[in-house]
Order: sequence, then structure tokens, then C-alpha cells
Amino acid sequence: MIAEFGLAALWLAAALAALQLIAGALALTPRGAALAGVVRPVAVVQGLLALAAFGALILVFAETDLSVKLVAMNSHSMKPLIFKIAGAWGNHEGSMLLWVTVMGMAGGFVALVEKRLPEPTMLATLAGQAFVSLGFYAFLLIASNPFERLSPAPPEGNGLNPLLQDLGLAFHPPTLYLGYVGLSVAFSFAIGALVTRQVGPAFARAMRPWVLAAWIFLTVGITAGSYWAYYELGWGGWWFWDPVENASLMPWLAATALLHSCGVLAARNALRAWTVMLGVVAFSMSMIGTFLVRSGILTSVHAFAVDPERGSFILALLAINIGGALTLFGLRAATVTEGERFRPVSREGALVLNNVMLSAILGIVLFGTLYPLLAEAMGAKVSVGPPYFNPMSAIFFVPMLVVLAVGPLLRWRRDTFARVRKRLALPLLAVLAGIAIVLAIGDVAVLPFLGLVLAAGLAVASVLPLRDRNLRRTPLPVWGMVLAHFGIAVALFGMASESAFSVEKLVAVRTGETTRVGPWAIRLMAVEPVAGPNWTALEAQMLARYQDGRGTELRPQSRSFWTPPQQTSESALLTRWNGQLYAVLGGEATDGRWQLRLWWKPFVPMIWLGGLLIALGGVLALAGRTASDIRRLVARDKIAYRRTRQGR
Amino acid sequence: MAGSGTMGLKPKHQRLVLLAIALVVLIGAALLAIWALRNQASYFYVPSEIVAERPAPDRAVRLGGMVEKGSLRTEADGVTIAFVVGDGKARVPVRFSGIVPSLFVEGSGVVAEGKLGADGTFLADNLLAKHDEKYVPREMQNMTDEQARQVVAQTR
Amino acid sequence: MTEQTRKTSRWTIWLPLALFAAFVVLVLIGLFRPAGRDVASTLIGKPLPAFDLPPALPERPGLASTAFGKGQPRLLNIFASWCIPCRVEAPQLDRLKRMGVPIDAISVRDRPEDLRGFLAQNGDPFQSIGADDDGKVQLALGSSGVPETYVIDGKGTIRYQHIGEIRPEHLPLILEKLKEAGR
Repeated sequence: MIAEFGLAALWLAAALAALQLIAGALALTPRGAALAGVVRPVAVVQGLLALAAFGALILVFAETDLSVKLVAMNSHSMKPLIFKIAGAWGNHEGSMLLWVTVMGMAGGFVALVEKRLPEPTMLATLAGQAFVSLGFYAFLLIASNPFERLSPAPPEGNGLNPLLQDLGLAFHPPTLYLGYVGLSVAFSFAIGALVTRQVGPAFARAMRPWVLAAWIFLTVGITAGSYWAYYELGWGGWWFWDPVENASLMPWLAATALLHSCGVLAARNALRAWTVMLGVVAFSMSMIGTFLVRSGILTSVHAFAVDPERGSFILALLAINIGGALTLFGLRAATVTEGERFRPVSREGALVLNNVMLSAILGIVLFGTLYPLLAEAMGAKVSVGPPYFNPMSAIFFVPMLVVLAVGPLLRWRRDTFARVRKRLALPLLAVLAGIAIVLAIGDVAVLPFLGLVLAAGLAVASVLPLRDRNLRRTPLPVWGMVLAHFGIAVALFGMASESAFSVEKLVAVRTGETTRVGPWAIRLMAVEPVAGPNWTALEAQMLARYQDGRGTELRPQSRSFWTPPQQTSESALLTRWNGQLYAVLGGEATDGRWQLRLWWKPFVPMIWLGGLLIALGGVLALAGRTASDIRRLVARDKIAYRRTRQGR
Repeated sequence: MAGSGTMGLKPKHQRLVLLAIALVVLIGAALLAIWALRNQASYFYVPSEIVAERPAPDRAVRLGGMVEKGSLRTEADGVTIAFVVGDGKARVPVRFSGIVPSLFVEGSGVVAEGKLGADGTFLADNLLAKHDEKYVPREMQNMTDEQARQVVAQTR
Repeated sequence: MTEQTRKTSRWTIWLPLALFAAFVVLVLIGLFRPAGRDVASTLIGKPLPAFDLPPALPERPGLASTAFGKGQPRLLNIFASWCIPCRVEAPQLDRLKRMGVPIDAISVRDRPEDLRGFLAQNGDPFQSIGADDDGKVQLALGSSGVPETYVIDGKGTIRYQHIGEIRPEHLPLILEKLKEAGR
């Protein structure tokens, strides 16, 4: 029953999306003006129906209704409830349903609250949102119905990929999806603005909170995903330049650029066509990323099942949406009037540079991700990894960091370097101190060296915009910017420290023996079998002492799942303020020794701490902007109210 | 660039300057990327290919094939293994230090990432195992039929 | 602040679209490259490799390659009780059986008690079931997963390999292949 209810809700939502598209488009013509009132309520109801469908899917999974094919394929009655629920989106169909749900909800929310833009632009925006949604509804209903029944129902489900039976990972995809799909709103705003040629500060202000919110989710999602890969894959690395990771990084880069160009457009009415373009590109990157992952066209450690049929469906969607939007952009951008002028040395100039650098990195990542496909079309089989991505992105990342340190100190419109020179003394001092310290430690490779030094300078420079300000009166968005930029310095420090100072040890030891890695002495106490709800494991008990201090116990496992049969290694982590000890249990060597892989990674948690700080900066900015928007709305209503009273 | 004072540059010129900077950076990025990819992309070989055309010793490549039966041995340190990867036409000795994926056994397919040493031994820094029932390394899809059939079926 | 159209950079406006078009072309090539995913279609037209499997259930006969090629086309189904798609295709196999198609099976890495449960639950259209405990025969047949189904003609030649479960919409295809094999 529940499944049928969900399917019905989905069909209804799709029908409403069609209505929203048609009514929105007609309402833009002089004859259809009467339809204008329909669009917003329809958008809201469409979002609620999509949510109902998603709720139905969660219910079906929660009670493990094995007569639903998707449940039978991806769940198991023995699984803990939380993973049953997470199983709802841990597969292709469910995650696409989550996609349209978030998209519908976002559209409904925009329809409900956005009152600043001229009504025609809003209608075009909501019609655009409906157009994109409609494609995904069609995809769900035609090619990947999540509510399909299975007759006869199997006695037991197929289980969930044990790699996915992890709390972090269960909530990782939805977070990323909120980010990906949140960018659809920016996309629709860009379409709306192009259709009605209303590109200006009001457009940027309306779009900014959405970009900011999506960007926050993306930041959190990427940070969490990186941490997941770090402790779950057991390879000791935190970023692999895997296609799936790149798929989440590319929208983030585009959204970061968009966020900054939005700021220019909102404050100074410049970079008009560029901002619209980025609005289109950001969501395009979300869709392209999803497509690359979903179609299985690039194999990856994270990828879902390969399916060329679905791949072509999503590709068709992509071609229609992105191709259409870019065509519209080509037709209209020439007539988008030029914005306000500014000098190259100015806040705007710095933000333009930031945008260019981010775009360059985006291009590098996209190109590197697609290169295996290109090479294959020409007959060679290649894979592209860190030797390409690390130095290439650094080439553009490093100058961007310099701009990032200087830019916030510059004035809008025009400025001179002479004016900010004095203020840059402190960060320069930090850089010099950094160089001295790193040289004293000695023997650090070029990239980590640059990272450490720049992180020191950036950490100081990022708080400088607060100088000469009354801290209590400093607006929240400024705090947000400072915090986010400081977060970049923190994360950069973690990355550089990890790659410069990590110590690794690979040994085979007998129980009772002690081995050393960095400042740690680790003693293997025992290796014993343990059992969990749907797995058995070998668990090593180790006693780790930091500089011969008090011992702490570590228990890495090598787990075997049986539904479906699969083996994973559960690393054990020991976090101190100055780093992390990372232990992995390998196999048993022939002579009774156990393989251990141990890392001491100084300051590695800073990577994710920095990521969270960046996201928190976004939250502060969003809170500040929303509060001032609300204040402005209330004030406007008051004035309008007074006027009507006086009019009487 | 131009001196201080009034908004000296004409709007057209100012825009051109920005556009020029942006284009130069982006085109530079594209050229750099192409150059780097030619040098850094790691190519996939089967044993007969890697024997016929040896990649440079400092170049990261991937080697895929079957682990020969009876060739696997563990060295005294307990964490280094040596084995031979073959494809029926050629055999390549491989050394690997690290934790071996659980599905790695003699007679099974493997993809090793690493470099071919000057002495003809392949030094692997990573062995790829499948992650789930349906995972097949992309490269294997294009191996000759016999190789593909064996490798794919056995890694399952 | 004069309003001015950008004439100088009109061509750059179309650059993104051009890049995107290149992306679509590239991906299309990747998506439909013929060197696709059917790994072992080369076996088609070749004789069935020789094998002799012990019975999967002690009370039933095992399966040897000599059972094929006796003048009548047969289906050879590779399945396992632990495989969910195999449950999905069970009704289709049952219909084929009722249409008089002889079906033999190889169960891969299975246990008799699980297998009995599977057959009781999903029906048993098989004349004999061989046990392929180490997947060797599956390998020799060029099968890369379960379920897969082969159409073997009256001379013992593989005529068609169906990868994945047989869905209701595949029945006409299978029957067509059987008819071709019977000619």
C-alpha cells in the first residue's frame, strides 16, 4: 500500500511540475497573465508531494517490505534500523528520488519566501526549476521506478554493501545532494534572469542565500566524505582524486566562484554576465558529476552499478538542460548590459582573480577526470591520479591564496597596493617565521613547504579585516568571511603537515612484540575473533604509548561480512591534539606473525577541522544575510502599512 | 598598469584587460593540463605489452594480468610479497610491500599500480582488488578475450 | 556608466556551449563504444566446453556437457540460491519449462540446503543441476556473473548468451533464439 501511495505521489508531483512549467511560461506572455497566481502554490504542493513520495520510500525500507524490488535488492531484515533507513538512498533509484525531492522542496521554498525579485523573473525562475525537475521525474518514473513490486517476494533481502554500513557514509550522500540540488535554484534564477534580462544586484541578493546554503552543504559533504575515505578505506590517505570525489569537488569550486562573484554583483553591480554564467555552470557541474558517477562511465571505488541505458538517459537530460541554458546564455548574454566599472587593483579585481583561478582549477579537475575517456576514445587506457592533480591544482591554488590574503583588505572600485602594504607586514612576518621553522625542521618537499608557509601567512592575513573594526558592530557576514578564510588556512596546514611529516610503518609482528612509529611505541597484545550483527572479524588489541607515556588501547579489525560476502578493514584511530595514530590490521603471515600498517600523522585532523570552520563561516554569513533580509522586509512592510493608513 | 587618478582606462579597455588576463590564465591552464596529462597519466599494460615496450623506470603505470600459480612467496620481513603476473605470452615479476587485498590469491586476476624497475621487476605500491560483486576494473574490459574472460571470471 | 553591448567578446559567449558540446560527444563515444561489457560473446558459435559436474543435490543427477548436443536445443541456466536476480527470473524459467523447453542448470558456490530452499520457494524448472563449487565451469563458459542463460543447439553449440536475469520482456527473445537453434 505504502509503495503505491509513494508512486501515486510521485506521478502527481510530476504532473504538477508540468503544470508549473506550462503556467509559468504562459504567464510570461500577455495573454496568460491570469495564470501567474497558480505558479507559486503549485510549486509548493509539488515539493510536498515529492517529500511524501520520499517518506513512503523510507517507510518501505524501515519495515523491510521485501515485495518492493528496491528493498529486496538493497536491504536485509537483519540490518540495524538506521541502516535500513539509510538504505533508502544508498542505491540508484532512491538517490534519484532524493534528488527530485530536494529539488521540489527547494523550488517550493523559493516560491514561498522569495519576494524581492520582479514577478516575471520569479515566474521564469519557477518554470525553469520545473523544467529541470520534470526531466528527473521522467527519469525516475520511466527508467528507475523505486517502488516497483517483486512477485513473489523473496524471503530475504540482498543486503546492503557493507562498505556503506557506516553512519558517516549513510548521511554523506544526502548532505552532498542538498548541496548539488541547492545549486539548481541558482541555475533556475540564472535562467529566469536571462529570460527577463533582469540581471542586477537584486538578482544577486536573491540568489546568494541559496548558493551559500548549497555551498555549506557541499563543504560539509566533501569534508565528511574525505574523512570517511580516510578511516574506512584503510589506505591512510584522505583524498584520492577519485572520480566520485572530483564529482563533488567540481560543483564546490564553481559554487565558491559563484559565491564571490555574487558578492561583486550584489555590492557593485558588476560581473553581470559572468555571474549568470557561473550560476549555470555550478549546477551543470552537479549534474555532470552525478552523471559521471551514475553512468558508471568512469570506474571508481565508490561507484554504483554500471548501466549504459540509464547513463544515456541522464546524458540526454544533461544535454537538454545544460545545452539549453548555455544556448540561452549565448543568445541573451550579449544583450546583458555591462556593469559598473572598477580598477584592476580593487576588491572587485581581487575577486575576479579569485574567480579566474577557481575556474582554472575547475577546468584542471574536470579535464583530468575526463581524460581517461578521451584517451580511450583514441585507443589508450590510462588512469589519472595525484601526480597530475596535485601539482596542477597547486599552480593555481597558490596564487589564489595570495589573492585571498590581500583581497579582503582592498577597497571596492579602486585602491593601491601602497595603502595595504603596511597591513601586510604581519602576514609577511608570519610567512618568514614559517620559512625559518620549516627550514629548521628540514627536508620538506616543495608543495608541503609552500603549504605550511602560506598557511601561516594566510592564518594571520585572514583575521586582518577585523582590525580597526568595532567587533561588536562587525556584521555577521564579515565574521563569516574571516572564519571561512581562516578555515582554509587551518585545512591547508593540516594537508601540508600530513604530507610533510607523516611517518609510516609496515611490519609483521608476533603478539607481545613492540614496534615504533614516530613518537609511538605500539605493542601487539592479541589477535582475536569477534562477531557483529552481520559480520565476523579478526580484531587486534594493541597498546599504544606516546613517548612512553601511559598506554591507550587500539582495536583495528579485519571484517568479513556475509550478506553479501565481502571483506573490509576497520582502521583504528587515536587522536591527540597534535595528530593522529592510524592502525590497520592486515593478514596473518605464514609464520604466525601479523601484518600491521601504522601511521603517525601530525596535525592531520586540522584538514577536517578547517573544512568545518569553512562551513561554519558560511553559516554565519547565511545567518547574517537572512537576518538583514528579514529586517529589510519587515521595515518595508511597515512603511507600506503606514502609507496605506495615511492614504486613508 | 595605468596611473592613479580618475577612472583612467576607457571601459572597453578595462574590460579587455580583465578578459585578457582571464583568457591567458584559462588557456595557460588548458595547455598545462594537456602537457601534464601526457606525462602523468598512468597507462595500463598487460604483461606482453610491458615486456615489448618498457615504460620509463620513473613512470607510474598499471599492470594487469593473472597471478601465476605457485609463484607467490612472502619475504622474510613478513610484509613484502613477490609473485609473477602473466598473460599467457609474457611473465613479469612483481614485488609489493603492504597489506594484500583479501581477494588476492594465486591464479586470480590483479591490477598492480607502480613502476617497472630497471631490472624488469615491477614494483607495485598498490594492488587493486574488486570492491563489490560487480566491480571490474575498467581496463579489463578491453583486454583480449581470453585474458578478459579469465581475469574477470576469477576476480568475481 | 554608459550601457554598452560587448561586441568584442561575442565569440567567448559561445565558448562554454562549444566546450559542453565536446563533452557530450566524448561521453557519447564512451557510452556506446562497441568494446562493451559483454565479455564473452566470443563463445557464441563455439561448441560448449567440456565439463562434468557432480550433482548439486544428492538425490538428483549432476550435469555434464555430454547431455547437450543430442539433437534438441536446450537452455543452460547459471544461478545460485544467494542471488536475488535469480529469484526475479524464476517465473520466466517456469514459463519456459511449461512451454516444453528443457532447462539444465549449474548452481555456483551453493549449499544443498540453501538450494533446496530456493527451489521450494521459487519453483524448480530444471532437469538436472550441476554443482560448480569453485566457479571453474562458470569461468570456462565465459560467464561473468549470475544469473546467465545459454541457448545450446542440437549440436552442442552455444547460440546465445543472456547476461543478467530473464525478464518477462525477454521471453520472446529467448524463444526466438531457441527457434533459431532448432533449425
